[in-house]
Amino acid sequence: MEREPAGTEEPGPPGRRRRREGRTRTVRSNLLPPPGAEDPAAGAAKGERRRRRGCPQHLADNRLKTTKYTLLSFLPKNLFEQFHRPANVYFVFIALLNFVPAVNAFQPGLALAPVLFILAITAFRDLWEDYSRHRSDHKINHLGCLVFSREEKKYVNRFWKEIHVGDFVRLRCNEIFPADILLLSSSDPDGLCHIETANLDGETNLKRRQVVRGFSELVSEFNPLTFTSVIECEKPNNDLSRFRGCMHSSSVLPVIPTGWTQLKAKGQAAFSVCQARSIHDNGKKAGLYKENLLLRGCTLRNTDAVVGIVIYAGHETKALLNNSGPRYKRSKLERQMNCDVLWCVLLLVCMSLFSAVGHGLWIWRYQEKKSLFYVPTSDGSSLSPVTAAVYSFLTMIIVLQVLIPISLYVSIEIVKACQVYFINQDVQLYDEETDSQLQCRALNITEDLGQIQYIFSDKTGTLTENKMVFRRCTVSGVEYSHDANAQRLARYQEADSEEEEVVPRGGSVSQRGSIGSHQSVRVVHRTQSTKSHRRTGSRAEAKRASMLSKHTAFSSPMEKDITPDPKLLEKVSECDKSLAVARHQEHPLAHLSPELSDVFDFFIALTICNTVVVTCPDQPRTKVRVRFELKSPVKTIEDFLRRFTPSCLTSGCSSIGSLAANKSNHKSGSSFLSTPSSDGMLLRLESLGQPTSAITSNSYSSQADDWASELAQEQEPDHELRYEAESPDEAALVYAARAYNCVLVERLHDQVSVELPHLGRLTFDLLHTLGFDSIRKRMSVVIRHPLTNEINVYTKGADSVVMDLLQPCSSVDARGRHQKKIRSKTQNYLNLYAAEGLRTLCIAKRVLSKEEYACWLQSHLEAESSPENSEELLFQSAIRLETNLHLLGATGIEDRLQDGVPETISKLRQAGLQIWVLTGDKQETAVNIAYACKLLDHDEEVITLNATSQAVMASDFAVPKFRYLERLLILHGHWCYSRLANMVLYFFYKNTMFVGLLFWFQFFCGFSASAMIDQWYLIFFNLLFSSLPPLVTGVLDRDVPANVLQTNPQLYKSGQNMEEYRPRTFWFNMADATFQSLVCFSIPYLAYYDSNVDLFTWGTPIVTIALLTFLLHLGIETKTWTWLNWITCGFSVLLFFTVALIYNASCATCYPPSNPYWTMQALLGDPVFYLTCLMTPVAALLPRLFFRSLQGSVLPTQLQLARQLARKSPRRHRTPKETSAQGCLPKDSGTEHSVGRTVSVPLSQPSWHTQQPACSPEASGEPSTVDMSMALREHTLLERLSAPAPRSSTPGDAVPGGCPEESKVRAASTSRVTPLSSLFSLPTFSLLNWISSWSLVSRLGSVLQFARTEQLADGQTGRGLAVQPHSGRSGLQGPDHRLLIGASSRRSQ
Amino acid sequence: MTWSATARGAHQPDNTAFTQQRLPAWQPLLSASIALPLFFCAGLAFIGLGLGLYYSSNGIKELEYDYTGDSGTGNCSVCAAADQGRAPPPPCSCAWNFSLPELFQGPVYLYYELTNFYQNNRRYGVSRDDEQLSGLPSALRHPVNECAPYQLSAAGLPIAPCGAIANSLFNDSFSLWHQRLPGGLYVEVPLDRSGIAWWTDYHVKFRNPPLVNGSLALAFQGTAPPPNWRRPVYELSPDPNNTGFINQDFVVWMRTAALPTFRKLYARIRQGNYSAGLPRGAYRVNITYNYPVRAFGGHKLLIFSSISWMGGKNPFLGIAYLVVGSLCILTGFVMLIVYIRYQDQDDDDEE
Repeated sequence: MEREPAGTEEPGPPGRRRRREGRTRTVRSNLLPPPGAEDPAAGAAKGERRRRRGCPQHLADNRLKTTKYTLLSFLPKNLFEQFHRPANVYFVFIALLNFVPAVNAFQPGLALAPVLFILAITAFRDLWEDYSRHRSDHKINHLGCLVFSREEKKYVNRFWKEIHVGDFVRLRCNEIFPADILLLSSSDPDGLCHIETANLDGETNLKRRQVVRGFSELVSEFNPLTFTSVIECEKPNNDLSRFRGCMHSSSVLPVIPTGWTQLKAKGQAAFSVCQARSIHDNGKKAGLYKENLLLRGCTLRNTDAVVGIVIYAGHETKALLNNSGPRYKRSKLERQMNCDVLWCVLLLVCMSLFSAVGHGLWIWRYQEKKSLFYVPTSDGSSLSPVTAAVYSFLTMIIVLQVLIPISLYVSIEIVKACQVYFINQDVQLYDEETDSQLQCRALNITEDLGQIQYIFSDKTGTLTENKMVFRRCTVSGVEYSHDANAQRLARYQEADSEEEEVVPRGGSVSQRGSIGSHQSVRVVHRTQSTKSHRRTGSRAEAKRASMLSKHTAFSSPMEKDITPDPKLLEKVSECDKSLAVARHQEHPLAHLSPELSDVFDFFIALTICNTVVVTCPDQPRTKVRVRFELKSPVKTIEDFLRRFTPSCLTSGCSSIGSLAANKSNHKSGSSFLSTPSSDGMLLRLESLGQPTSAITSNSYSSQADDWASELAQEQEPDHELRYEAESPDEAALVYAARAYNCVLVERLHDQVSVELPHLGRLTFDLLHTLGFDSIRKRMSVVIRHPLTNEINVYTKGADSVVMDLLQPCSSVDARGRHQKKIRSKTQNYLNLYAAEGLRTLCIAKRVLSKEEYACWLQSHLEAESSPENSEELLFQSAIRLETNLHLLGATGIEDRLQDGVPETISKLRQAGLQIWVLTGDKQETAVNIAYACKLLDHDEEVITLNATSQAVMASDFAVPKFRYLERLLILHGHWCYSRLANMVLYFFYKNTMFVGLLFWFQFFCGFSASAMIDQWYLIFFNLLFSSLPPLVTGVLDRDVPANVLQTNPQLYKSGQNMEEYRPRTFWFNMADATFQSLVCFSIPYLAYYDSNVDLFTWGTPIVTIALLTFLLHLGIETKTWTWLNWITCGFSVLLFFTVALIYNASCATCYPPSNPYWTMQALLGDPVFYLTCLMTPVAALLPRLFFRSLQGSVLPTQLQLARQLARKSPRRHRTPKETSAQGCLPKDSGTEHSVGRTVSVPLSQPSWHTQQPACSPEASGEPSTVDMSMALREHTLLERLSAPAPRSSTPGDAVPGGCPEESKVRAASTSRVTPLSSLFSLPTFSLLNWISSWSLVSRLGSVLQFARTEQLADGQTGRGLAVQPHSGRSGLQGPDHRLLIGASSRRSQ
Repeated sequence: MTWSATARGAHQPDNTAFTQQRLPAWQPLLSASIALPLFFCAGLAFIGLGLGLYYSSNGIKELEYDYTGDSGTGNCSVCAAADQGRAPPPPCSCAWNFSLPELFQGPVYLYYELTNFYQNNRRYGVSRDDEQLSGLPSALRHPVNECAPYQLSAAGLPIAPCGAIANSLFNDSFSLWHQRLPGGLYVEVPLDRSGIAWWTDYHVKFRNPPLVNGSLALAFQGTAPPPNWRRPVYELSPDPNNTGFINQDFVVWMRTAALPTFRKLYARIRQGNYSAGLPRGAYRVNITYNYPVRAFGGHKLLIFSSISWMGGKNPFLGIAYLVVGSLCILTGFVMLIVYIRYQDQDDDDEE
């Protein structure tokens, strides 16, 4: 329980307490009796009581509450929020103006009605949103978690919300941390655990966390009851990358070190004291770092179980503190619309001013002339013309308020909500495999999807499957192309697309023929089996597979089953054999040729230069090792000297590893490996497995374990070793080495064992692991080689850095020249790999003499022990070691693109989208983006990015797979934009036209702000009679059919170029509205001129005409007429007449001043009414209809052309080539240069329908800059992804679903076409890509950015944290960019 | 753990035509080819309708006379000059003589028309109390504030009927005399002044307050007439069914006109010998000239008009139909040219 400012402990001067309050928090175990309580029982009772009573306010429990309102606070708070919207304030102001008798235009109560209606609708929506937030909170709050109970002395299941600071929590593999937890114990013998932080920062690599120093040495199981330490740590803050604190390991009150207060007085952090002391205090005081903290929302991976104490809970967790609440975004269209609203305001003011002046003059003219119709003021005095003008102005504002469309905002919200609904409901955006559909988090920027110009994409996991597969390598300057491996990968690809394949492809058939017979047998078998089980139940299989693969990340069969290159395999086995013979000689490696020596070292480096941990599959949570073997790594020079007495090779008789490897190879049918397998040895392995499980199996047999064993029984017993890697790259290399029989069998924290067929087990003393960092872009291990007893450094890193660290080679001697040649060859191959899109890594080695090592070790230990700047010193130390390297070789790893990515990208490219792919970490993004811009865009408009770019959680849309982006943007985006743009324009038209009618009338009523339209019609016209049809059109209209949009991505450009809603269109629209209002006013005027018609009997036909004109106008603008359109149009007319008839019959004396009793009834008996109503709309719409028809024939826009084509020859869309060539491409050049396109496409765009038969390396050989990355994390690079030619032609994709049935079939088939590998995708990943769109500076237009993140296991909420590049000119962005967002987005779990 | 191969995922969207936006739809394409028949059809229909309207409107006769009394326009100028200075203009009468060479086809309606009279201005239009006019006793005593300054009389009595509209009641009156033979006697033509207001106005909206002791005058006791009125409301007519608030002239006046130039029905001529219309001969309209309009530049007109199925004379509608119809035909021809021209191109494209 936290004691923060409480007086329960640390009785000290109040002043100090206050200071402490400000800086630190103290956490103690909840299991301890509260200090001061004499007997434990009473203490327990007291503690329980306290808990029951609820915690004091400062003690945040783990309850999540994201709701905004309570029952009581809802009304005031919601109204307060709603009045932050200027429009609402305006409307209320107008309504209140009616309460002033001098200026009122309507009955005050009536004038309030629409405003109240709007407010009520918004309030209801907010209420509903808040309720769904409440439900989601409730769900999260009631997730289960194991918490140690004091009463029951064991871990019991509790809800998340019941977790308190100071509780002990036990988490099992793949569970999500419910709070910020200090790691105290891990099932890992080294006190490590791996977490995945994708929920927080989107990074999919596993991160390592360490048990608090002092607890890792515990031999026995961690018992929370014995935990008496006091934890002193920072106050809750939102810095994800920082945590400092210290732990006093005493049961008594912590003794504040002398100098503590002084230090603090000096403004230094108290932690520096803790820190300095903890190192030397032998575990009595331990420093706490971010490596010890498990953050809420992260997921435990590759670790059986961990126990920790809760430090921050609930809203004080870093994850939630980072969650700054829902933000609102405003779309480009909406901003443009707001601008036009301002124009309308201006127009309104002008009209009112004009009227006011007119009325002033009118008054001036008539008041002195005993005009019988002039009404003096109520006291009988005459009104001065100026006062009358002012009153008239205000009244005009009220009367013409319709111009500022109150209904527009509501309608837009409704339309957007429906658009979100439709996007969410799209079956074709639903991923069957993960049971996730596309999710819109931002409710009000859907139309931005139709205007995207730039896509910034994370690469790994977004474009790719995040399955790193070893593809080829170069050793000692010799390239091993691994053709068979390439074939194997091609086969996966093939299997993926098999089902959507319609046209047989000649290329692949011939290639199949060239494969060795064994291979093809295997291939066919696999393909068949893949197909068959997909057909039977793809989803079930997929789920099952992903469950199974939960145990170990990055280990799908595709990643594991590397087919070795025969040449290289031969060389490796040659090394193995000759070393086996020579192992007991003085210098075994010297017997090998330099090349073979390099080969050997290369594979050793692949195997051990990493942090991969080996587990045994029988007990998936148990590492293959024995606990008491734990040795500490080299800590001192003495230690080093002691341990470096000649040692015996630990390589023993066991050959488990090779067996396992062979077994797996055998199973997978690879006939290249001829190592015999023996069942007897298999049994041995199994028996070996048993005791280890006994050791680790603990009292609480968790569900997970049961489940795991259940699963293990279900599947065929599989005894291969599992590799738990922190990143998929590492795993790929280890699996690659295994394919060459160089098997990593064991990794302890101080030694690592490799198994070779002949040589047996080689155990390397692991002296140091110099981890990866993004500046060095490499990692190294320092080992003692068991064969040579030398100290070797194996370095693996990005070629750009490693190649510079190589030992300079003299060109004098032959050796040096040879080396040089090897390097240049390797560099060439690296370039080739890069061109192929492979991730390249260089492997190098350095042999250290004992003196060199001792010298380096000295400084390294100093660096390690340095209290300050140790990170910097360790970095320097690593740099010192990683020099003079000897190049061994290089590898190329393929991270396969997701299904359909090339096609999607090529379509998006055709759609005029600029696609940028960002890879790697944030810090260098800026530099590389600038670099990439210069490199690729010969344009001065370089996007400069702020290096201080920070991770911002901004997920507006979540897409299950990248390829769904195509449909989302090209189809939904286009529709959303087009619909909304047209609707907004229509509303402007409608209101202007309506207001125009009133304005023209002012010329005939002395500008007295009189209205011929009954106030009821005036007020409810927008809300009731003319609202539904435009809504339906706004929601359902499809300006171009779906299939045409998808086959002609160029049509997307209309959105980018804002073709639907430009200032020009707006003003044309307004002009048309003016014309129409003039017609609609003057025809009734002339028709009833010089007649005995009364005011409202004349006004009612005008309303009727207006309504009919609106509907017919909408009819011209509506492209698709579904039954809903018909019904709503009919309903509108019917509703109008019904309401009018009822209203005009309801009360003979009510509704002053119009008092419209029996007006409509009388009109219905008047032929002139029908005659005007028939002709006026036609006359008003004649120009528009004429213009539209003329334009449709003479100058059709691309969209119109597309519609015509779709209409004329639906069959032609089956041959999309023709369509795109004839239909739309000719106009392409015309639109190319328009607004906002700052970047030209430098690369020749391969026409998207180019069909390349297979995925031979050449097929993907489009010039592309390729990510050169490093194993652990990718190094930062922004690459311009030139649209790669489709690797496998999928004509099925191109064939549009012509009829509903067809697209249904297609929807089903696409969801089934999941790559085999993704059946074994990462455990709970639902592979959701988070998209956030925001607008950069206006010149850049909209940007779509997305990074991959994880969805929570229950799939209901998730959060993404995306690396968001900030524009250097972000200062130009208006603050409104951050204003609008769907409230349910960025929900913390 | 069981997975059924056919089970739908929990989040799988419904695959319906609506949710998948596949609703069957009619997708018209606006182009020359589709607009062409539309324009021609509409044009022809409108021209046909326009011709009909035009001729039917032409069949309607109208006879109007401006009796405002601008100098030299007849004997009404005397009355007009007389009303200039005096506050309540003195009673004055004038006449309008005209002759009909042939039968003025009936039914004939007599209208008076005012020009430049803004019955539709806001402050005027709201200045009435519909509840009072419906005979509600409480409203009779307490007219609404909108009636101000004609809410209460100077003596503080409630004005009935209150408001500016009632106050400005048109109070000229006309009688029609027919001289069947030249030099013969003028016979008064009966003017039917009973059905000139809206049926609902006369029967529903406008009601007299409940009689007190059988007397309307007592019912209105304690109220004052509007300042411009020369007699109280209950004395508007001796006919008990045409006096008080249900006086037809008053009811007609209270239905405020839409435009500053307006007509109001004064009487219908349909009785006796005149049911078929006004026979030929000389006529005289005796005008009681009370209503001052010259001050604000207004005009007063008298109009005899026959009516047809579409109401009074209205040449505009027919002309408008003809014009719009012609425009439609014209655009239709443009469309035809466009269609011929661009259809060929499309065909070329397709080949």
